[in-house]
Amino acid sequence: MKKFIARRLAIAVIVMLGASLLSFLLLYLAPGNPAHAILTAQLGHDPSLEEVAFFMAKHDLNNPFLVQCSQWLYMITHVNLGMSFRTGEPVLVEFIDRFPATFELASASMLIAVLIAIPVGILSALKQNSMLDHISRLVSLLGVSMPNFWLGLLLILFFSLKLGWFPCFGYGTLSHLVLPAITLGTGLAAPLMRLMRASMLEVLRQDYIRTARSKGLSEQVVMWKHGFKNALIPVITHMGMQIGHLLAGAVIVETIFAWPGVGKFLVDAIYARDYPVIQGFVLIIALFFVLSNLAVDILYTYLDPRIRYDVENGK
Amino acid sequence: MTLLSIQNLKAHFHTEDGAVRAVNGVDMDIEEGEKLGLIGETGCGKTVLGLAILRLLSENTTVEGRILYKGQDILTMSDHEIRKIRGKEIAMIFQNPLSSMNPVLTVGTQVAEPVELHQHLKKKDAMQRVIEMLKSVKIPLPQERVKEYPHEFSGGMRQRAMIAMGLICMPSLIIADEPTTGLDVTIQAQIIELMKEVLRDSGTSMLLITHDLTVAAELCDHIAVMYPGEIIEYASVRDLFKDPKHPYTRGFLDSLPDRGLKPIAGISPSLIDLPAGCKFHPRCSLATERCRKERPELIKVGIKHYVRCFLYD
Ligand SMILES: Nc1ncnc2c1ncn2[C@@H]1O[C@H](COP(=O)(O)OP(=O)(O)O)[C@@H](O)[C@H]1O
Ligand SMILES: [Mg+2]
Repeated sequence: MKKFIARRLAIAVIVMLGASLLSFLLLYLAPGNPAHAILTAQLGHDPSLEEVAFFMAKHDLNNPFLVQCSQWLYMITHVNLGMSFRTGEPVLVEFIDRFPATFELASASMLIAVLIAIPVGILSALKQNSMLDHISRLVSLLGVSMPNFWLGLLLILFFSLKLGWFPCFGYGTLSHLVLPAITLGTGLAAPLMRLMRASMLEVLRQDYIRTARSKGLSEQVVMWKHGFKNALIPVITHMGMQIGHLLAGAVIVETIFAWPGVGKFLVDAIYARDYPVIQGFVLIIALFFVLSNLAVDILYTYLDPRIRYDVENGK
Repeated sequence: MTLLSIQNLKAHFHTEDGAVRAVNGVDMDIEEGEKLGLIGETGCGKTVLGLAILRLLSENTTVEGRILYKGQDILTMSDHEIRKIRGKEIAMIFQNPLSSMNPVLTVGTQVAEPVELHQHLKKKDAMQRVIEMLKSVKIPLPQERVKEYPHEFSGGMRQRAMIAMGLICMPSLIIADEPTTGLDVTIQAQIIELMKEVLRDSGTSMLLITHDLTVAAELCDHIAVMYPGEIIEYASVRDLFKDPKHPYTRGFLDSLPDRGLKPIAGISPSLIDLPAGCKFHPRCSLATERCRKERPELIKVGIKHYVRCFLYD
């Protein structure tokens, strides 16, 4: 197990380096000059040529590509993500300041998704082709096909502008959290529910379920003791992979609801060509992605005893 | 005394292609202590018959007829009543123990379930019972192995654990579905020996489902031969080998390796589109006009020897 984790962490480092180099390359090739963008925002008018030149020199933006690359590599290997062009604060500090808001939104959304998807998915499977099953499948199909931003705008229109139940943007109280968490949560719930249903149906067809019934066990015991844990295995995998998408979804939802989290700051940084912030955040998000996948793989060994990482070739 | 009496049992599946008529009017009795072998080609409805006895068939199935267990009809019991029969009075040993055991629960947990449920044993006492039971089916180091998962067992050991799971409540009837199929020849022989041994002393009756006549001959007193959904001959093991009556039974015996390996001409009919009259007539060299039109009844041709064929009418 230790060997497995060590190997996965080594791969994680490579993945993160790759991701941040890629984002660096994309920015380098993208049109738009950071000096111009940031100075315009800071000064309120177009900067002069001297001001732009000074900014470029100060932030080493005139160096050749490979030199900039190695400077970036040198920095991150010394746990230094640099300073934001816009705020002048260290990127890591900017991230840590905003992370709690995103974490709050992401956990609330995940919680909503799990609370909806797992029970409804299971009920839907147990009562296959019932009214409940048809309705929940239709709703989840809608949920899968409806883009996040669209649902978010609809919710704002209805619950905030029309009914006035919840504020339409901002951060701080629980009622601020409701609409963005629902927006992000239902987007997660829809595919999760479909998977839970399909997985439960698949498990109920298995021979060992018949064996369990043949012993005289009640349907509840058959479902929960014999069915549920097996059915959960693919669902957990999916949830693990969703953590990455959750952050991507947060970018959109935070922007719509002006939620002061990592996602919104990243979007603002992209508009402003704030290179260090973009690269740093991409790096940290990649880290989350890799770590959450690793956590799921480890969780796996507890859920499914057939999976052992310490056996030679025993995957 | 008759333990289980199956009367005119039918089991049909409703599928998109039409009704799959897997069991078509089976009459069969199992006496107390009797070991009855149910043999027939793959796909002739043996497993379906076994599952019907415990009401384990899927929802899309119509089951008709009567299955009297100690005089009570299983088919009209409430769900609660049938659950008291399952595992306690009638237990089933399934084909393919790997897929028939839950991959995420330990073998000990799974073997213990019937006694925890029916004899209300506490976890610890149940596990003690399981260890004794695993010892009696000759699984080495049972104290260790109860904590292992099915995939950590070899095929033969898994089958032994399945047998232990079936016998742990000392049921009156055990239905064993192809208990040796899929195992190496030497392991097969060991399992047959084991079953002989565990069944010898207990008064347990057994319905042994197999396509392998030699396995049935080793373990059973009587044999029922099935041909798409019907019992076409019933006899003691000795009579069946010495004096088979039905043309299909004769053909089946001739197809055995030590009797010349001569296969029966033609193929089994489709269960969706069964022939009228005697179901064997399209493959039978002795078929007459009557065989094409009328379904023969089971005819008594000797002591405990019955055959479904007009030749003996
Ligand atoms: N749930 C089901 N739905 C439709 N057909 C089924 C179902 N279960 C079994 N059958 C069909 O019933 C026939 C008899 O199967 P089975 O009893 O398993 O044969 P065997 O004699 O080899 O045990 C097969 O043709 C099989 O395809
Ligand atoms: Mg079978």
